[in-house]
Amino acid sequence: MNPARKRRVRLVVALSAAVILASALIYTSFSAASPTVTPSQLVHEAVAGRSYQLTGTVKAGSVRHEGDTLYFSVQDRAGETSVPLSYTGTVPDPFREGREIIVTVEKQGDRYVGERNSLITKCPSKYKVAPPKTKTY
Amino acid sequence: MAQLGGACLMLALGVCIYGIGASIYGVRTGQTQWSESGRRSVYALAGTLTVAFAVLELAFLRNDFSFNTVADTSSATTPTFYKAAAVWSSQEGSLLLWAWLLSMWSTLVLFLTRKRMRDVSAYATAILLGFGGFFISLMVFYANPFETTDPAPAEGVGLDPLLRHPSMMIHPPMLYSGYTLCIVPLAFGMGALLARKVDAEWIKATRRFAMAAWLFLGVGIMLGARWSYAELGWGGYWGWDAVENASLMPWLCATAFIHSLMIQEKRGMLKVWNVSLVLATGTLAIMGTFLVRSGILNSIHAFGGQTLGVPFVILIGVLILSSIYLVSSRRDMLRSEHRLDSLLSRESIFLANNIVLVGLCFVIFWGTYFPLISEALTGHEASVGPPWFDRYTVPLALILVLLSGIGPVIAWRRATLANARRNFVTPLSCALLTLAVLLATGVADSKPFALAMFCCAAFVFGSVGQEYWRGVRVRRASAGEPAPLALLALVKRNRRRYGGYVVHIGIAVLFVGVAASSSFQHASELSLSPGQSTKVGAYTVRYERPTASITPKYDPVHTGSTLSLGAVLDVTKQGKHVTTLTPAEDFYDSGEPAQGSVAHLIGGQPVSQVSMDGGVKRDIWSAIAPDIDTPRLKRIIEIGNKTIPLVRPDEGMIAVAVMAREYMRSPPPAEFHLIVSPLVMWIWIGGAIVAGGALIALWPAPSVVRARVSVRARSRAARRLARA
Amino acid sequence: MSAFAALLTLMLLAAVMAAVSRPLLVARRPEESGGSERSELEAEREAKYREIRDAELDYRTGKLSREDYENVNGELRAEAVEILNRLEPVSKEEEASAEAAK
Repeated sequence: MNPARKRRVRLVVALSAAVILASALIYTSFSAASPTVTPSQLVHEAVAGRSYQLTGTVKAGSVRHEGDTLYFSVQDRAGETSVPLSYTGTVPDPFREGREIIVTVEKQGDRYVGERNSLITKCPSKYKVAPPKTKTY
Repeated sequence: MAQLGGACLMLALGVCIYGIGASIYGVRTGQTQWSESGRRSVYALAGTLTVAFAVLELAFLRNDFSFNTVADTSSATTPTFYKAAAVWSSQEGSLLLWAWLLSMWSTLVLFLTRKRMRDVSAYATAILLGFGGFFISLMVFYANPFETTDPAPAEGVGLDPLLRHPSMMIHPPMLYSGYTLCIVPLAFGMGALLARKVDAEWIKATRRFAMAAWLFLGVGIMLGARWSYAELGWGGYWGWDAVENASLMPWLCATAFIHSLMIQEKRGMLKVWNVSLVLATGTLAIMGTFLVRSGILNSIHAFGGQTLGVPFVILIGVLILSSIYLVSSRRDMLRSEHRLDSLLSRESIFLANNIVLVGLCFVIFWGTYFPLISEALTGHEASVGPPWFDRYTVPLALILVLLSGIGPVIAWRRATLANARRNFVTPLSCALLTLAVLLATGVADSKPFALAMFCCAAFVFGSVGQEYWRGVRVRRASAGEPAPLALLALVKRNRRRYGGYVVHIGIAVLFVGVAASSSFQHASELSLSPGQSTKVGAYTVRYERPTASITPKYDPVHTGSTLSLGAVLDVTKQGKHVTTLTPAEDFYDSGEPAQGSVAHLIGGQPVSQVSMDGGVKRDIWSAIAPDIDTPRLKRIIEIGNKTIPLVRPDEGMIAVAVMAREYMRSPPPAEFHLIVSPLVMWIWIGGAIVAGGALIALWPAPSVVRARVSVRARSRAARRLARA
Repeated sequence: MSAFAALLTLMLLAAVMAAVSRPLLVARRPEESGGSERSELEAEREAKYREIRDAELDYRTGKLSREDYENVNGELRAEAVEILNRLEPVSKEEEASAEAAK
C-alpha cells in the first residue's frame, strides 16, 4: 500500500470511529435525559417509572418533615396546579417556601417521589446574582 | 462620582472604536504610526477602565447607595472585606470586571509584543478592542453599573450571605482572568490568519499567555470546587452544573492546544488543528461568560430574566462564522510542513491526548447544552444528569491519565522501540505493584474504575519519577553536581519539560483524590436529638449538645449573621475520641419588614457553616439544618412581631436572644448531613502541584532574556562600529 | 454633573488623547528590530535549537538508541543550518537598510 493510500485509510477509520462514538453519545443522551416539566405538565403527562426534571416554586405552607423524609408541594409560577412530593437527601440552604426549585421526580403509582439528593434551589431573585458556587445539588 | 464612571465608560467605548479603526487602517495601508496609535488606545482603554473600576469600588467602600448596584448588593452592615468583593457580585459589576481584566491583559500582551509581528498584533489589537467594546456597550446599553437613584436609599440590601466567603474575593477574579486570557490567543490566532502569517511566531508570542489562561482558569475552577466543598451544605466539589462545565470546557481545550502547539512549534505540523483549537478555546470562554450572564440554562449560578442573551448569541455566531471562514479561506497556508515520522513518537501521543481532550470537551458540551439541543430538535426541554456525564468522562479521564504517563518516556520524532520497551518497565511495575497490593488487601474490590485510576496514577508516578531520576543522573555524570543541585539545574535548564512533568504528577494526584473520595465515600443524612449517635463509615458521631449564639450585626470580622444555631458533635472511632465538630447554620436579616419586626431579623437566607476535620487520609465533614419551626420558637417570634416596633431592631434582637435560649433549653431534633470521604485533601494538594508545575513552565527562562539583551547590545555595538 | 467630576473627566480625556495621538504627532523613530520575515525566521531558529536540545536530552535519558539519535540529530542540524542560511541574507539586508535610514 502506498503511503498516501495508507493515510487515507487511517483517516477513514478514525473518522468512522469518531462518528460511531458521537452517535452513541447522542443516542444515550436522548434516552437518559429527563424532560423538564412544570407541575401542570407533570400532572398531565407523567408516565410511571420515568423521571422528570420538575421546576416550580415551593407552595406556601406545604413543607413538613417526617423523620428523614421531606414532604412539600411544587406549584406553577402562576400557582394553579401543584404537585405534592416526598424527598430524601440533601436540602440546600436556600430551600424555602416560595423559592424556585428544580428537582428530579419519578411517578411511583400515583405518588411523586423526588430522586435522592437531586434538589436544586434557584437563587432568590432579590439578589439578582449568584455567580460562583451556590450549588446544592 | 457616578457621572465620572459613566463618562469613563463612554470614553472607553470611544477609545475602542477609534482603536479598531486606527489599527486596521494602519495595517491595511502599512502606516505603522496608525497601528501604533491603535495599540496605545488599548493602554488608554486600560487606564480609563481602571478609573471606572476604582469609582465603583470606592462607591461600595463609601456605602454610596445612590448607585443602584451598591444598594442592591451591599449595605452599611456588610463587612468591609465583603463590600470590596461585592463589586463583582452584580451583573453590572462583573461585566466591568471582565472588561477591565481584558484591557489589562491585552495591554500586557501588546506591550510585550510591541517590537514584533507588526501586522499580526495590529489585527489582534483590533480584535481585542472589539471584545472590549462589546462588553462596554453591554454596560452602556443594558446593565450600567453607574446608574443612580435620587434620592439614594438609606440602606442597601446587603451581599447575598451565600457569597460571604473569603473565596468571593479571589475566585471570580481568577476565573475571569482565565476567561479574558483565553481571548488573547484567540485574537492573535485570528490576527495571524488575517495577516496571513501563520508560522511559529504568533505561537511563540502567545504561548505564555495561553498557559497563563490555562493556569488562571484551572486555579479558578479549583477554588470554586473548594468553596463548594468547604462552605456549602452540600458536601461535594463537582456536580456537572452548567456553569461549572462552562469553565471546564475552555480549560480542556486550552490543555489540548498547549500540547499540540508544541508540535507546530517544533515541526510546523497541525496548523489547522491548532488554530481551530485556539479559536474554539476563546469561543468557549465567551460562551461560558454568556451562560452565566444570560440565564439561558437552568443553573443555580445563572441570572434569571436578563436581557443579555441576544447580544451574546450574536457575538458567538459572529465568532464561529468568522473562525470557520478564516480557517477555510487560509487552508492553503496552513499546510503541514512535515508528516508524522512515526507512530511511536511523542507527537503521536500528543495527538492521542488531543483527541481524548476534545472528545471530553464534546461530551461536556453536549451534556451542558442538551436542554437547548433537545428543545430545538424535539420541542421538549430535557436534561441529562451527573450519571450520564460520569459514564463518558470517567473512562476518558482514565485514558488521559494513562497518556500523561506514557508521553514523558517517548522521544520526539521517533522513539527507539527497544528503548521505549525498557522505559516502560519501571512505570508498569509501579502500576502492577499497586494493582497487586489493592487486590490483596481487597480495598477496591467492588470499584473497578477507582482501581484502574489508582493503577494509572501509579504508572504516571513511575514514569515521571524515572524521568527525573535519569535526568539527574545525566546531569550528575556531566557536571559532577550533588543530586539536589543537579535536580535544580536540570529543572532550571528545561523548565517547560520538567515543569510539565510536575503538572502531570499533580493531575495524577488530583485524580487519585477524586477517584477515592467519590468511590469510597460514606454519607448519611438523618435527624438526631441531643445524646443520640449514628455510625458513618468507621466513625461514630454523637450529637453532644446544641449551640446557639446571637451575633452583633456590626462585628466586622463576622459575615454579618444575626443568629447562629449549631451543634457540638463528638466523633469517635472504636471508642477513641477522634475530633469534635461544630457545624452551625447562620440566619440573616432579610431586610423585608413585611415579615414582621422580629421575623425579618432571621428571615433572610440561612447559610450552612460546615465543620470538618480534614486530614491526609480522610475528611470528616458535617453540616446541620436546625429546626426553627417548632411551635415554641414560632410563638416567640409571633409575640415579638406584635409587641416590638419595627424601628427597634435592638429590642428585636432581644427576642432573638430569647429564641436562642429557648432553643438551648429544649432543643428539637436537628437534621445532619455527615460525610466521611477518603483522600479528599489530595484533590487540593494535586491542584497546588499542578499550579506549581505550571508556574515552573511559565517562568521566563533567564537565558532567553539575556540572549535578547545581548542581541540588542551587539547590534548597537555594530552600529557604533559602522559609524566610527 | 458636579464640577469635580467634570474636571476629572476632562483630564482623563486629555490624557487619553495625548497617549493615543502621540505616534501620529511625533516623528517616527528608526525601527529597532527587524521586520516580520526576520523575526519569523528567528522564532523558527529558536524552536529548532530547542528541538536539538530536546533530542539530546532524550538520548541521554535513554529514550533514543545511539543510532536513532545520530539520525535525528543529523536531520535537525541540517534543518537548523537551512534556517540559518535563509536568515543570513535577510538580516544583512535589514541591517543595511537600518543603517541607510540613519
